[in-house]
Amino acid sequence: MVRNQEVLQDVVIKFAGDSGDGMQLTGTQFTNNTALLGNDLSTFPDFPAEIRAPQGTLPGVSGYQLRFSSDSIFTPGDNYDVLVAMNAAALKANLATLKKGGKIIVNTDGFDSKNLRLANYPDGENPIADDSLQNYEVIKMDVTKMTREALKEFTMGTKEKDRAKNMFVLGFLYWMYDRDMESSVNFLREKFEKRPEILDSNIKVLQAGYNYGETTEAFTTTYKVEKARMEPGTYRSIMGNQALALGLIAASQKSGLPMFLGTYPITPASDILHELSRHKNFGIRTYQAEDEIAAISAAIGASYGGSLGVTTTSGPGMALKTEAMGLAVMLEIPLVIIDVQRGGPSTGLPTKTEQSDLLQAYYGRNGECPMPVIAAASPADCFDAVYEAVKISVQHMVPVILLSDGYIANGAEPWKFPTEDSLHPIHVKFKTELGHHEDKFQPYIRDENLVRPWVVPGAKGLEHRIGGIEKQNITGNISYDPANHQQMVKIRQEKVDKIAEFIPEQKIDTGKPEGDVLVLGWGSTYGVIKSAVLELQARGKSVSHAHLRHLRPFPKNLGELLRRFKTVLIPEINNGQLIKIIRDQYLIDAKGYHKIMGVPITKQELIEEIENYF
Amino acid sequence: MSEVLTPALTAKDFATDQEVRWCPGCGDYSILAQVQRVMPGLGIPKENIVFISGIGCSSRFPYYMNTYGMHSIHGRATAIASGLKATRPELSVWIVTGDGDALSIGGNHTIHLLRRNFDVNILLFNNQIYGLTKGQYSPTSEENKVTKSTPFGSIDHPFNPLALAMGADASFVARTMDRDPKHLQAMLTRTHQHKGASFLEIYQNCNIFNDGAFEVFTEKSSKAEETLFAEHGKPLIFGAEGKKGIRLDGFKPQVVTLGEGYSADDLWIHDEKDIFKAQLLTRIFDNPALEGHLPRPFGVFYEADRPCYEEMMALQLEDARARKTPDLDALLRGKEVWTIQ
Repeated sequence: MVRNQEVLQDVVIKFAGDSGDGMQLTGTQFTNNTALLGNDLSTFPDFPAEIRAPQGTLPGVSGYQLRFSSDSIFTPGDNYDVLVAMNAAALKANLATLKKGGKIIVNTDGFDSKNLRLANYPDGENPIADDSLQNYEVIKMDVTKMTREALKEFTMGTKEKDRAKNMFVLGFLYWMYDRDMESSVNFLREKFEKRPEILDSNIKVLQAGYNYGETTEAFTTTYKVEKARMEPGTYRSIMGNQALALGLIAASQKSGLPMFLGTYPITPASDILHELSRHKNFGIRTYQAEDEIAAISAAIGASYGGSLGVTTTSGPGMALKTEAMGLAVMLEIPLVIIDVQRGGPSTGLPTKTEQSDLLQAYYGRNGECPMPVIAAASPADCFDAVYEAVKISVQHMVPVILLSDGYIANGAEPWKFPTEDSLHPIHVKFKTELGHHEDKFQPYIRDENLVRPWVVPGAKGLEHRIGGIEKQNITGNISYDPANHQQMVKIRQEKVDKIAEFIPEQKIDTGKPEGDVLVLGWGSTYGVIKSAVLELQARGKSVSHAHLRHLRPFPKNLGELLRRFKTVLIPEINNGQLIKIIRDQYLIDAKGYHKIMGVPITKQELIEEIENYF
Repeated sequence: MSEVLTPALTAKDFATDQEVRWCPGCGDYSILAQVQRVMPGLGIPKENIVFISGIGCSSRFPYYMNTYGMHSIHGRATAIASGLKATRPELSVWIVTGDGDALSIGGNHTIHLLRRNFDVNILLFNNQIYGLTKGQYSPTSEENKVTKSTPFGSIDHPFNPLALAMGADASFVARTMDRDPKHLQAMLTRTHQHKGASFLEIYQNCNIFNDGAFEVFTEKSSKAEETLFAEHGKPLIFGAEGKKGIRLDGFKPQVVTLGEGYSADDLWIHDEKDIFKAQLLTRIFDNPALEGHLPRPFGVFYEADRPCYEEMMALQLEDARARKTPDLDALLRGKEVWTIQ
């Protein structure tokens, strides 16, 4: 059969179905396959907090958004070109974000009267049977029936067979985008190595989905997206939490410090633990503690013993770790605290993204308790960000907070991964003996950067005591002396401030170094700000984008950079947090844009907001 | 002969230049002195010893030990020690804690440390009161205790610390007292010798806020009748003339007088390795004011061989390394890559 092939520049697909429909797996499989083709890509998984919300209902809809392009892209896209809807609820929950004229691939079996009722469609109304979808191209398939048909020779029960439905859809999409399915076949072989019947049935259905596209005459066009014009090099696909784990392992290797992770499972940070616990061959110790407090405390104990102590969590866990963070500040020992932010306060929105822990990271401790804060901007950037967090922590003897969030934790993008040799080493100095002029070890003696020596138990002649009570400068003895406390508070602050000497100056990411509007961001809004700013620049607007990696201390030149613009606009996925700090530190009338809906800001929203300032 | 001989350490070597700031007459002084006395005999290099404490009067302890030490935050010494021991198995780690620190605010970490069985030593200074915050009742205070925070008497039921430790599968459970230096020293030594999490409860007198809480066990006039010093393999005998003993009537312990129809052969023979008997022994926790009560046992109640967490952790790491040589480049590269020319 002769078919047309249409070359597209940019495609956004949303896979949506019930939580049990395997949409996350379908999405990641299609993503990995896309990556191997050399497209640029960006993903946004979006799933309910309930493991199995009531089947067929709106709260039970699980989605996975994938954008791939032959251009460089920075977000998963505002609207979809293609919506895969496995049931009525999936259609209802996602239709508003589908582009007009977009394609809807529906599983007709998911639109029976029961599913329609569960999705709250009025009695007698069926969107795929009436003309309500006439502005879209609807591709109807009875996926359930065809899956069962493909598996009729198999002895497994119907329920088991139906589990392979997602493979039919995946196969069909592989056909539609003219793909080779090898990556998914390999994946299935590995996953179901020990369950040959499941393996065979999945491959069979995958192939059936592909063949359905191939043999059904109604489908006349396949699509292709060319390789992206990306920087030359070798790439892999990576998710944020995975990149954090790899960054920690790399930092452990390049610093020579054995790594210890003390943690307690919490969404959306748990995958860091899962990933790290697989790599014990790198000397990585992972410790699932009894609670968040024990997790950070154990990491402090490990740091005290000379390991790279790390703890990972999300907002509510961060709150529990607060007191121990204060201890680490007083002890002046290294510690890396990773907060993968989610919607708050309290339990909030466990599976939704938010940037609302910035003020907690900044100020959320008793006493004057400054700690460096740095933020990751994208899934791949998590690697560099955590590598830097480790470096600052071990070289400045200070606990460091790294902020990520649910959006970049689970999102994927291509990563031009580094080689071991290209990573700069992280130099660590342990003091192991008394110097020539010392007759007694002084634990709080400092170098020119106000950094005290790292001495770990086992060093003969350097026995000493440290603790959470205020201590006398230099000797480390307990001290309640008023002047000493003032001095120590100032020293701890200055020590953190001095880190500004060791971090890069703030750069403009996109645009001119001066102009009408500077959009200043931090963390996961990087992609959307960049996309919006590029589009406005193409329309001739005077707008630039700067993105903060270092939130405490700020880069030395930040104030001066901000003042070169008439307006500084700070978009955040919170109720205005960075804006408070910027206004406080630089006394500028920064403007804010705040979206607190548990989802990322869209490009279109942001463009409209920025346009208000010209 | 080029062997360098290190002069033997003495108790003094373990004292610091810091002024000890407990209230005069506090039971902590005796415990500090006995720890410093025992340390040289344990044969551990001073630099390999770490004392970690939480918050409370007892938790000032590390400042007075010329070893490595950390005075941490309330209730968390056990958690911090777990991380240290997990990464530095060769260190001798001692946790100094109190009844509030270990059983109230840090109760969670205490039970989890015990079940994991890190090879650390927990010295629980039990004075049945909050001293540092000036006299509120603690989780080991007796019922109806009148304190600053319970002017009408406490309605909390107290913990039995050793029964709690047994419930958490502690591999070493013992009790001693501040006023019996010899026994305290012996128990400290046993605590150190045990490989695994050692839980030593030390009755300690707070002479300011709860003076005399344990005097019936510590005072000469009543000690012999009110205490029972259990020794492995020996019958449970007590009393001024050694005439009283405890026998088991089924699962019920009862006091008998030797010579009055019973001999030592009829008595309960203490067996530190018997988990069932050890649990019965920890349950001998009678109020000494009650008629017909049993004496309070002291000594090592239970000791078991159980693998230590840090050893198993190290084994897993070794195993993983033997199976797969760490290769950072391969890790960063992952399984599937593509190249853009």
